[in-house]
Amino acid sequence: MAENKNVKIVMDKDGIDRCLTRIAYEILEKNKGMENLVLVGIRTGGVYLAQRLQKKISAIEDKDIPLGILDITLYRDDISTSSKKPALGKTKIPFDLDDKKVVLVDDVLFTGRTIRAAMDALIDFGRPKTIQLAVLIDRGHRELPIRADFVGKNLPSSFWEAVSVNLMEKNGMDEVIIEEEK
Amino acid sequence: MKFEKKDILGMKDLTVDEINLILETAESFLEISTREIKKVPTLRGKSVINLFYEASTRTRTSFEIAGKRLSADTINISASTSSVVKGETLIDTARNLEAMNPDVIVIRHSAAGAPHMLAKLLRQSIINAGDGAHEHPTQALLDMMTIKEKKGGIAGLKVAIVGDIMHSRVARSNIYGLSKMGAKIVLAGPATMLPRNIEQMGVAVYTNLEDAIVDADVVMMLRIQLERQNQSIFPSLREYSQHYCLNRTNIKLAKKDVIVMHPGPINRGVEISPDIADDTSCSVILDQVNNGVAVRMALLYLLTGGNE
Repeated sequence: MAENKNVKIVMDKDGIDRCLTRIAYEILEKNKGMENLVLVGIRTGGVYLAQRLQKKISAIEDKDIPLGILDITLYRDDISTSSKKPALGKTKIPFDLDDKKVVLVDDVLFTGRTIRAAMDALIDFGRPKTIQLAVLIDRGHRELPIRADFVGKNLPSSFWEAVSVNLMEKNGMDEVIIEEEK
Repeated sequence: MKFEKKDILGMKDLTVDEINLILETAESFLEISTREIKKVPTLRGKSVINLFYEASTRTRTSFEIAGKRLSADTINISASTSSVVKGETLIDTARNLEAMNPDVIVIRHSAAGAPHMLAKLLRQSIINAGDGAHEHPTQALLDMMTIKEKKGGIAGLKVAIVGDIMHSRVARSNIYGLSKMGAKIVLAGPATMLPRNIEQMGVAVYTNLEDAIVDADVVMMLRIQLERQNQSIFPSLREYSQHYCLNRTNIKLAKKDVIVMHPGPINRGVEISPDIADDTSCSVILDQVNNGVAVRMALLYLLTGGNE
């Protein structure tokens, strides 16, 4: 860790797991079961969380819920002004989206710009009946009129702090940390 | 890794890392062509000029579709219907196009080095879509993408390139690219179609098709350029096809799971027998075309940086 940073752990492994369990039940409650329900994880953090939600929901309902992966790079609103192009990941949505209830999954909801891009991308694939949003952390500072339907934890933060969701699948451990400049 | 190049002029100038980045980006773009709405908004407001001084169906259409699927505006100029027929020089044409502020200029020209000259002269990104008998980098990249897709990798594979190596920009670009990626390259063709000292590029050379394709993982057949028939580099098409046509019999010398490639357009029965060209259990010719759009989307994406 850099010495000029204050790092605070705001959620640990069990905390993350409990949040996801609650969100899984909330998704099923709000949608009255899993008929026509699909999950779409936003690369990269959202994909791992969506996979975990998929396991939980499939276990609760005893039936597999479809899971898609979305890379929103091509839909970013800063793509023509950023100096170099960000690396592109694969999008994989192996099912028809028409009339589906789509739950978008991401790790941190911040400005809302990623979600705007994700919704535009989804609509290029079809006409979902509804699009809902599940996030592990909502840290505020929205720049667009977007809100989450399912939130793991509301985390008031200053705009300049960095909030990171570290997950076993990519970082080797489960934790949510907030870093502030000293 | 960030892509730093302004232009794509040849496989000779690309590093292994850059080739890998282009191929990985292209793999991500493949999916867009399978959607019902085959368009993403990424290059809205960018314009791409396809400046073709030589005939082309595949490459020009491929670049045009690639640009359109990324929402760029694509403009096609072919020499036969442009001011070239009024005697305008390439440099003047290019300066005029530059004044209209496109973002990328794709050029095919019969003179080797034409794209390189434009790249020095213009601030726009230049993509070489074939310059004389020099290079055709986007073809080599789509070939490499196809090999990687079918074989899982490139390093260690034996790739036989057969035909008119001398006049083939596809062969040259593939030799540069595939040897950088660790493939073993073998060439075959009549002596009149093999450039002198080509061995210096680190390839094995045969004048006999059978010797070259033994145990090959990939066989790449080149088009016999019928327009060169009068240059007395081969006696007749019939004699050429007797010795250098890939067919059911000689293909057995290659590995069982060999893939057959051809940059197109194919001369059926001359360099490749129709039953091989149409046999999708070994022929990947149409996969090459499909991958071509993705490779060109990747290049347009990587080259059109922002304002800095």
